[in-house]
Amino acid sequence: MKRHLLEAADLDRADATLVLDTAAQIDQALAGREVKKLPTLRGRTVVNLFYEDSTRTRISFELAAKRLSADVINFSAKGSSVSKGESLKDTALTLEAMGSDAIVVRHSASGAPHRLANWVRGSVVNAGDGTHEHPTQALLDAYTIRRRLGRLDGVRVAVVGDVLHSRVARSNVWLLTTLGAEVTLVAPPTLLPVGVGSWPVTVSYDLDAVLPKADVVMMLRVQLERMNASFFPSAREYSRRYGLDAVRMAALGDDAIVMHPGPMNRGMEIAADVADSVRSTIVEQVGNGVSVRMAVLYLLLGGNA
Amino acid sequence: MTTIVKGARVLGGDPADLLLEDGRIAAVGERLSATGATVVDADGLVALPGLVDLHTHLREPGREDAETVETGSRAAALGGYTAVHAMANTDPVADTAGVVEQVWRLGQQAGLVDVVPVGAVTVGLRGERLAELGAMADSAARVRVFSDDGHCVADPALMRRALEYVKALDGVVAQHAEEPRLTVGAQMNEGDRSARLGLTGWPAAAEEAVIARDVLLAQHVGARLHVCHVSTAGSVEILRWAKSRGVQVTAEVTPHHLLLTEACAESYDPVFKVNPPLRTDEDVHALRAGLADGTIDAVATDHAPHAVEDKESEWASARPGMLGLEQALSVVLQTLVEPGLLDWAGVADRMSVRPAAIGRLDGHGRPIAPGEPANLLLLDPAARVTVDPAALASRSRNTPYAGRELPGRVVATFLRGEATVLDGKAVE
Repeated sequence: MKRHLLEAADLDRADATLVLDTAAQIDQALAGREVKKLPTLRGRTVVNLFYEDSTRTRISFELAAKRLSADVINFSAKGSSVSKGESLKDTALTLEAMGSDAIVVRHSASGAPHRLANWVRGSVVNAGDGTHEHPTQALLDAYTIRRRLGRLDGVRVAVVGDVLHSRVARSNVWLLTTLGAEVTLVAPPTLLPVGVGSWPVTVSYDLDAVLPKADVVMMLRVQLERMNASFFPSAREYSRRYGLDAVRMAALGDDAIVMHPGPMNRGMEIAADVADSVRSTIVEQVGNGVSVRMAVLYLLLGGNA
Repeated sequence: MTTIVKGARVLGGDPADLLLEDGRIAAVGERLSATGATVVDADGLVALPGLVDLHTHLREPGREDAETVETGSRAAALGGYTAVHAMANTDPVADTAGVVEQVWRLGQQAGLVDVVPVGAVTVGLRGERLAELGAMADSAARVRVFSDDGHCVADPALMRRALEYVKALDGVVAQHAEEPRLTVGAQMNEGDRSARLGLTGWPAAAEEAVIARDVLLAQHVGARLHVCHVSTAGSVEILRWAKSRGVQVTAEVTPHHLLLTEACAESYDPVFKVNPPLRTDEDVHALRAGLADGTIDAVATDHAPHAVEDKESEWASARPGMLGLEQALSVVLQTLVEPGLLDWAGVADRMSVRPAAIGRLDGHGRPIAPGEPANLLLLDPAARVTVDPAALASRSRNTPYAGRELPGRVVATFLRGEATVLDGKAVE
């Protein structure tokens, strides 16, 4: 592994597989144990540096680090010196001076983790940067698919929704195609980036045409604010054309699964009965997130402890 | 003061001596001599008319921590310039006779180049109502170029009125062509790379649509239009079409748009963030071709100094803009002269003659000939210099060329016969 995890586009097949295999080993090692904790990162310090609210991702990283026995500091932009205008660089140098070994960063600006990696000696893990990438989300998605379907090679994945603004979609496009999956992006043209034609994916505007051939349907969160910027006319029309309800779900193959990175807008991109169905892996994804993030921290920090 | 320049190749021609006396070129010939004259050895050097920049941000008043009129003037002189147009987006904005006269006086005091203030088109650059353009034109600063640069005069009716109004002042409106509704939050050129990097795209159409509109308006009212920092192949096409129809339009291109592409954004290093953004290879080649065939009239630096803290950040929160004055001529050498697209006369035309004509500057952009003002530079075209940000005269360090080896070195610059640069160093 490299020193940082900045983007899924950086991961080759061997590295990505190593993360997934390591997560599987961690799951195995912890299965049935009363104390769900490994001593691997004892004495190491992991900082969660979050410039955006994200309770679930922050907690997931926090649990992952704690289960590896690392010391964890949560640094949230609110109520810290950041609100007094301290720069990202100064914050990073301050944290490093306090002895952080890894910085897990969530930032609203694309590329912020890349900048950070230039300024610190420790490892940087991208926990979501702007509309760029969210690599650990893609890793946990890949892990979930592999566990459910037993493979990634040749798996047909439909990623549905606001691809334009989605770091989850970008990370999944690079990671899943690296691992041999066939990705189809489904969205209204307004929610696809200009330039999507250069991605190694198929693009469709028609969800109904894609569903029967999909092994995995990954629904993306759609923010209602997009409606006001004319990305689509109304929530109702969006839902009608691109939402996954029970009727559409019936078009899926027998073993197909439904994923969502959360948080969901029930009734918007995904109907409640779909989210709660047996096809849904949504809760499982959350659990797998901890294992995959443990694997990432272990591989970045554990090797040269 | 009397100076004899020995053996300079005027516009790359045969070596000749130049006698500079009383601010003028007194003689051009062989083996000139004059008693008490300072002798400058120009063996192997090319003499060009002093460069004229249509687009410089000197930051004074308001951001003297990033640049001052004096430090920017020194950077300009070192780049071979004898006149620069100082953009209006200062704090306070140069939208009154008082502010433009202040900038003009600071330029006179520094005395290194002629600092020619640009006046804002609209009050406070807000795009709502015209600033007192006539007062700025009539002031000591003699403003002829008006621009809201940094902002587009987006309102078509206001743009029309501005174009019409400056006809009475022999002025020109220099438009920052950027349709604001198409560039909300824009960070880099919109295309394959922006899609992947997750940086909000700045579509070429947002520039081209405004240029297309403005050339039609300029034709309709019979006014002069100048287009700032043209950055796309499509813009070059529109300008070519407009010129073929007789529209009084001129245009400039920056050195960075002639050399660099959007690939620089891959690093997320905001030193490469600029507005309009760096574009594709195809655009770069169209811009070079447009400059070579005269569709684009001038190279203008858009020299935009920024303090360290305004660039040492995440991409989205960094200010757009990059330094240009000290490397502009070298970039033109690399991108146009060395590939054979432009000869020395062409360089003089695009970097001195035409920009001086657009800005209505007397005494600049003149031939190197007896009787003409002694505004000129001496260039060593064989030198190769690796750009060191710490060695720049600008107060800021945001050069996109750090560590890059570029051809050519300005050895001397003369402003009305006085050396502002000698041996490649600013004269104190």
